[in-house]
Amino acid sequence: MQIDLRTVSIKPLRHTFDNIARRIGGDKPASRYQEGTLDMQQTANFHYRPTWDPEHDIYDASRTAIKMADWYAFKDPRQFYYGAYTMARAKQQDTAEANFDFVENRGLAATLPESVRETVLKVLLPLRHVAWGSNMNNASVCAYSYGTGFSQPHIYHAMDQLGIAQYITRVGLLLGDVESLEEAKRAWVEDDAWQGLRRYVEDTFVIKDPVELFVAQNAALDGLLYALVYETIIDDVLSSQGGTPVAMLTQFMTDWFAETRKWVDATVKIAASESAENKAVMAGWLTHWRDRAAAALLPVGRIALGDRADEALAEVVQQFNARMAKAGVTL
Amino acid sequence: MSTVFLALQTNEETRPIIEAILQDNPGAVVDEQPAMVKINAERELIVRRETIEEITGNDYDLQSLQVNMITMSGNLDQTDDEIRLFWKA
Amino acid sequence: MDMQVAKKKLGLKERYAVMTRGLDWTPSYQKMEDIYPYMQYEGIKIHDWDKWEDPFRLTMDAYWKYQAEKERKLYAIIDAFNQNNGHLNVTDARYVNTVKLFISGISPLEYVAHRGFAHAGRAFPGPGPRVACLMQSLDEIRHAQTQVHSISNYNKYYNGMHDFHHMHDRVWFLSVPKSFFDDAITAGPFEFMVSIGFSFEYVLTNLLFVPFVSGAAYNGDMGTMTFGFSAQSDEARHMTLGLEVIKFILEQDPANVPIVQRWIDKWTWRGYRVLTLVAMMMDYMLPKRTMSWKEAWEVYFEENGGALFKDLARYGITMPKCAEQIALEKDHLSHQAWSTFYNYAAAANFHTWMPDEDEMAWLSSKYPESFDKHYRPRYEFWREQAAKGNRFYNKTLPMLCQTCQIPMLFTEPGDPTKICYREVDYKGDKYHFCSDHCKEIFEHEPEKYVQSWLPVHQIYQGNCFPEGTDPTVEGFDPLAAVLKYYNLEFGRDNLDFDISEDKKNFAEWRGQATKNA
Repeated sequence: MQIDLRTVSIKPLRHTFDNIARRIGGDKPASRYQEGTLDMQQTANFHYRPTWDPEHDIYDASRTAIKMADWYAFKDPRQFYYGAYTMARAKQQDTAEANFDFVENRGLAATLPESVRETVLKVLLPLRHVAWGSNMNNASVCAYSYGTGFSQPHIYHAMDQLGIAQYITRVGLLLGDVESLEEAKRAWVEDDAWQGLRRYVEDTFVIKDPVELFVAQNAALDGLLYALVYETIIDDVLSSQGGTPVAMLTQFMTDWFAETRKWVDATVKIAASESAENKAVMAGWLTHWRDRAAAALLPVGRIALGDRADEALAEVVQQFNARMAKAGVTL
Repeated sequence: MSTVFLALQTNEETRPIIEAILQDNPGAVVDEQPAMVKINAERELIVRRETIEEITGNDYDLQSLQVNMITMSGNLDQTDDEIRLFWKA
Repeated sequence: MDMQVAKKKLGLKERYAVMTRGLDWTPSYQKMEDIYPYMQYEGIKIHDWDKWEDPFRLTMDAYWKYQAEKERKLYAIIDAFNQNNGHLNVTDARYVNTVKLFISGISPLEYVAHRGFAHAGRAFPGPGPRVACLMQSLDEIRHAQTQVHSISNYNKYYNGMHDFHHMHDRVWFLSVPKSFFDDAITAGPFEFMVSIGFSFEYVLTNLLFVPFVSGAAYNGDMGTMTFGFSAQSDEARHMTLGLEVIKFILEQDPANVPIVQRWIDKWTWRGYRVLTLVAMMMDYMLPKRTMSWKEAWEVYFEENGGALFKDLARYGITMPKCAEQIALEKDHLSHQAWSTFYNYAAAANFHTWMPDEDEMAWLSSKYPESFDKHYRPRYEFWREQAAKGNRFYNKTLPMLCQTCQIPMLFTEPGDPTKICYREVDYKGDKYHFCSDHCKEIFEHEPEKYVQSWLPVHQIYQGNCFPEGTDPTVEGFDPLAAVLKYYNLEFGRDNLDFDISEDKKNFAEWRGQATKNA
């Protein structure tokens, strides 16, 4: 017998889980972001201390100098849970695929002025290693930070950065070949222009405080790097020299930066607005890592911009300061 | 006796895949369960892209098989052209 | 360079190699041991990370594409299930108790797996294992969330699930699955990979998911079936990772073999003990049975595991020795577990009941060696007592095993009439164990297992009452205080299914669908 269950109108006993109701001010329907995020991380009665870090519990808020009364104050403005995240990325991936097809099928790579092609190979390709470093750092923040509201976006960010490293690889294969990738790696490891940045990345690998690592990687370094390389060098300067196809190939990165900085800014704001102490710590980290990132990026900018790099970088730093001021941290 | 197996969801997308697997692996045995088809074989099971494409008349990317894969057993090796599940011993 | 020359198209393997393998470099500004501080202390020797094989070779673009496709399908079905009151399609309301067990016992573990694989991925210097681990970390948060989203609708209509996160950290029997994953994530990254990646995902996952998921399919629960199958599609990747990890570690250095063997022995046993909950679910909680626990063990462990360990023999790895004891227990495990939960129905967040005549007949046929002789008589006695109004609820607290944290309910291997007890004296204290295997695990790492947060000990120490409770006042009811600490609502979340609100509501709602008001 087939029962038409749609015709049954029954009153639910409750609208969401108790932990959600406690957080959203009563028993009312909750979003998938809320049910998939709030209190997901265990908080009490852990059985054993990590053998790899016996000073701390498995999840331990004291791994960072930032202090929060409630770590679920951190909310992702994009409201990304896994499903929303992958569907958003799949859509961007469709666009990226269409762009790659467009450039490939029309042979647009061949129409690039040689100087532009060379600049792209020189500036862009070593950045796949920076993205790889970011993948590792974001995995680190995800693993060692406290509360799903804070940790969750970092696994998405980690995989985004792996995706970006792979998009850069594809650009390299399209405008060059496997040897171009090898040459870029050699430059990354040996050439003076890259050593400041490589030192920066390797120094972030040993940061133990997950919130500081978030600041050094996602706020400071990416805040300056994406604005300088993708927004300024590729979208403005190279495009005006006939490099528009390159801008199509890196559209994912430009869109990604515009999207993710909303989350970065919100995160900075929530941490800093919690207390004067937090604000002072955040300001200290932001200033320190911003200055180091700016210094490391200058020789990279010079590869593409020559003497104009100083000016372009100064502008990018200005924009960054304005972003952070809006997030409540004056640098 | 070392059996490898592959279990797929039963649906329109997997119907031609199962057909292709049975065509390419004459010794394979089908075990139908609710909403799931389990294909068992001795030591080795091969899924070939070409056979699936011949059956469907469309291009097929073997990586998309994982959308409908429930479980498997054996060592796995995947290329553009085939997925191979096997035991060495 | 002439761009018109057609480029050589890279095959999947080469393409994947340049997409991942080329990304790392040897650092020089910081020392390797400072960047990767957890690589040495477990004693595993890795000489060449590049020897790692990536079987699935999935790049992020393909990952996003296929995973989004899975998610779109899954949420469409969840929405339809919710809109159509799909929960009223299940065989009967007893089935919902398996869902309660799942969300409070299993879903939180998916979350720990997510964090654990992020940790392992960060800890390994090689790009191959890093990428595989991080993809799995991402999949695991998917599983935790899709389970919560699918089961959210059940929570609206049935009891016992309303505060599952809170309960997972506190309720006595949930310390069994919780301590299992806590044990894994607090181990070193190599052991974590062997414990979860290999022993759990490869050797035991089929015993967890296939019964749950096909159980859902048999019992009309389309929502659970869908998230289950959808999660399983990621599992194929995880299983492959688990197997590659083992082969990689074993091939790197012969000194790794005994370490890995000990981990396989330990984690097969630890995982099997957690599966006790699945065994009783299969044999008692599914109104329509799929296969018995014993059959599932024979197909998925003895047959498949047999093939697997035969394959690993060339490395010097042998079948875990606990397999012998498990084979002796397979006729008894589910019955002993269900009897215990029937006893403790006042203190659990799901209902229990006595099997009816048909179900007893099924159990007799599946367990001809043990059921009629050892378990039917006690069930008949309990059923008689319940009919007389004496439904038995055990109000004393059981002794727990220091390692697996299950009450001491298991019998001696080969003698189902005698409870198995083992003990160890360590630094002036006595520790108790359910088996030789749990005892050995303790003896190898006593400093770890003395830390166990044992629910019964904690209750006796006064740590499981709501804040501000004064246990010295007259008429203090410890059980009531503990249930309050669990946020378990007496009379709704617990006790026998027969007198439950779930049973009453389900009958009423189904009635509305089939009769005119």
